[in-house]
Amino acid sequence: MDYAANLAMTLPEVILGVGAIVLMLVAAWGGQGSTRAISWAAVAILAGACVAVAGPASGGGMAFDGLYRADAFAGFAKLLMFPAAAIAILMAPGFFQRTSGDDLRPEYPVLILLSAAGMGIMVSAADLLTLYVGLELQSLAAYVLASFMRRDTRSAEAGLKYFVLGALASGILLYGISLVYGFAGTTLFDGIAQAYAGPRSLGLLFGLVFVFAGLAFKISAVPFHMWTPDVYEGAPTPVTAFFASAPKVAAMGLAVRVAVEAMGPATDQWRQIVIFAALASIILGAVAAVGQTNIKRLLAYSSINNVGFALIGLAAGTPTGVSAVLVYLTIYVVMTLGSFLVVLQMRDADGQPVESIAALSGLSRTRPGLAFALMMFMLSLAGIPPLFGFYAKFAVFDAAIAAGLFPLAVIGYVASVIGAYYYLRVVKTMYFDEPAPAFGAGDSKLEGGLIVVTAAFISPLGYLLIAPLSAWTMAAAQALF
Amino acid sequence: MIQALAFYLFAIVVIGSGAMTISSRNPVHSVMWLILAFFNAAGLMVLVGAEFIAMLLVIVYVGAVAVLFLFVVMMLDIEVAQMRAGFARYLPLGLALAVGLAAEIIIAVGAWSAGGVKLSQRIAPIEGNVPNIQAIGNLLYTRYLFVFEGAGFVLLVAMIGAIVLTHRQRGGVRGQNISRQNARRPQDATRNVQPPVGEGVQL
Repeated sequence: MDYAANLAMTLPEVILGVGAIVLMLVAAWGGQGSTRAISWAAVAILAGACVAVAGPASGGGMAFDGLYRADAFAGFAKLLMFPAAAIAILMAPGFFQRTSGDDLRPEYPVLILLSAAGMGIMVSAADLLTLYVGLELQSLAAYVLASFMRRDTRSAEAGLKYFVLGALASGILLYGISLVYGFAGTTLFDGIAQAYAGPRSLGLLFGLVFVFAGLAFKISAVPFHMWTPDVYEGAPTPVTAFFASAPKVAAMGLAVRVAVEAMGPATDQWRQIVIFAALASIILGAVAAVGQTNIKRLLAYSSINNVGFALIGLAAGTPTGVSAVLVYLTIYVVMTLGSFLVVLQMRDADGQPVESIAALSGLSRTRPGLAFALMMFMLSLAGIPPLFGFYAKFAVFDAAIAAGLFPLAVIGYVASVIGAYYYLRVVKTMYFDEPAPAFGAGDSKLEGGLIVVTAAFISPLGYLLIAPLSAWTMAAAQALF
Repeated sequence: MIQALAFYLFAIVVIGSGAMTISSRNPVHSVMWLILAFFNAAGLMVLVGAEFIAMLLVIVYVGAVAVLFLFVVMMLDIEVAQMRAGFARYLPLGLALAVGLAAEIIIAVGAWSAGGVKLSQRIAPIEGNVPNIQAIGNLLYTRYLFVFEGAGFVLLVAMIGAIVLTHRQRGGVRGQNISRQNARRPQDATRNVQPPVGEGVQL
């Protein structure tokens, strides 16, 4: 085996892993005071990993005897996840300083780096072993991050809940994996695809169901979504922003790869599961969000809802569908990060975070810029036309209709109207209600700048990106088929 | 002949110590019997040529798991009489479980004697004369190197996580400063005084 060539293909993960260890050592010697330097170094390492994606990591083919696949699909997902992880790192120091009074501990950026390495492994997995190791690496770091503010009971509760339910989901996934391995006789995706193409035994089908159930938990699709609102509410806001963006992309990328690459011949079987999960997520995400009073819980239901739309693209099971999933995820990640950046600005005069939707009342008069940005994010998440979020929904519905799934598209379309209600309610609160006490002044130019950039991306200006984005996602999707 | 003798020796001790594990009145004795059972099971594994699993049994189960059991058992305040109080009540359930387990074993043996489970294709066929430690090592450090390192990272995250979530700096703790202790000289730490008779010492 040629180690140099293999390592070149896995270079993004190698950079992240080695970088995380080096930063951990720096943290061990430098202590609390080195957090800011370590945060910036972590961002630089993530940028380095993005650069490394451009090499053999996005098109080198198989590495490590078929355990790892470096293709355009993995490359695209990594370029989406790593910047999202970097933004989650950049959001954190200010938040922790204001909230808990003490500085951010240096393990935060290190854990995000390790989680990012796990996500890179996930989207590149071409074997059930790689899949599981990547998933565990990502999840384990996420459990710790959820309870990172350990003195805060809600944060501790979020971490514990996430851990227990995540362990359960891993167990379900592993059970499915063991069935698939037992009946297919191999853990390689190619071999599994051959087994599904042949005469299909009951064991293989059971394995498929369990694997999809485990993956549905990781993308928080209904009926495996229960943890999402609690964890999103309890976790510190930068961590919630991280959960809603990068790991979602990783889990979705993994689900797409397993569905298409390993279980492609059984498309008719998994399509039923995906259609059910998609519709249930869209409808439950829309209906359950209506009664929410906490903005983070609202965004949690919004993420459940959005995963449902992304699954519509997967249900199509065609290259167009997968490309639509990638387009959807790209736009969704930007919208979500933008929304959470705005949530991060919600704090009272003492700097303590405020999370109730009522606190947004009359924001248009006290902070017109912030209110306008949040309005854009909300309308874009709802998929209202002049904004870029509309194109995301259009792409998945287009793919579903092209694959002949008319009922799915119609139900999804109707449910998206229900969902629009609660997004519009936030806008109404900001623009038409009597002003609540004003928020403390935003002091971070970085966060302000990031809000402007994300808002510009989802504004009608984003439509200029459609041509390159479609070409790129199509190339990425073709790599799977 | 000697193999048969060794097999029966190990097997009898495994079964005997297993029975003692569940019937012994003192939980600490139970753990000791369990350790004996592990050792003899390791002997059985050596006999069938699975020396890697034999070592794993001794190192992991005896070295780590059983010692952990022992710690837990010693920390629990177990009232033996109280534990036995429900014996008659739970006997039917226990018997049902035992019958179910026995039936499973019989079915498994029957199925096995009807022909082994065939995997449709073996990823990594084992070569004839390679000891299985070497065979596992060969795969682990070449073909599965990437996954192996990934598992290492998972453990690293677990370690970082445990420390992040539980370690805190407590005030008023007097740590040991070995270099300062070694650098301390008698003339810095003691003084010679000559107290006048009848006045005692001024400290």
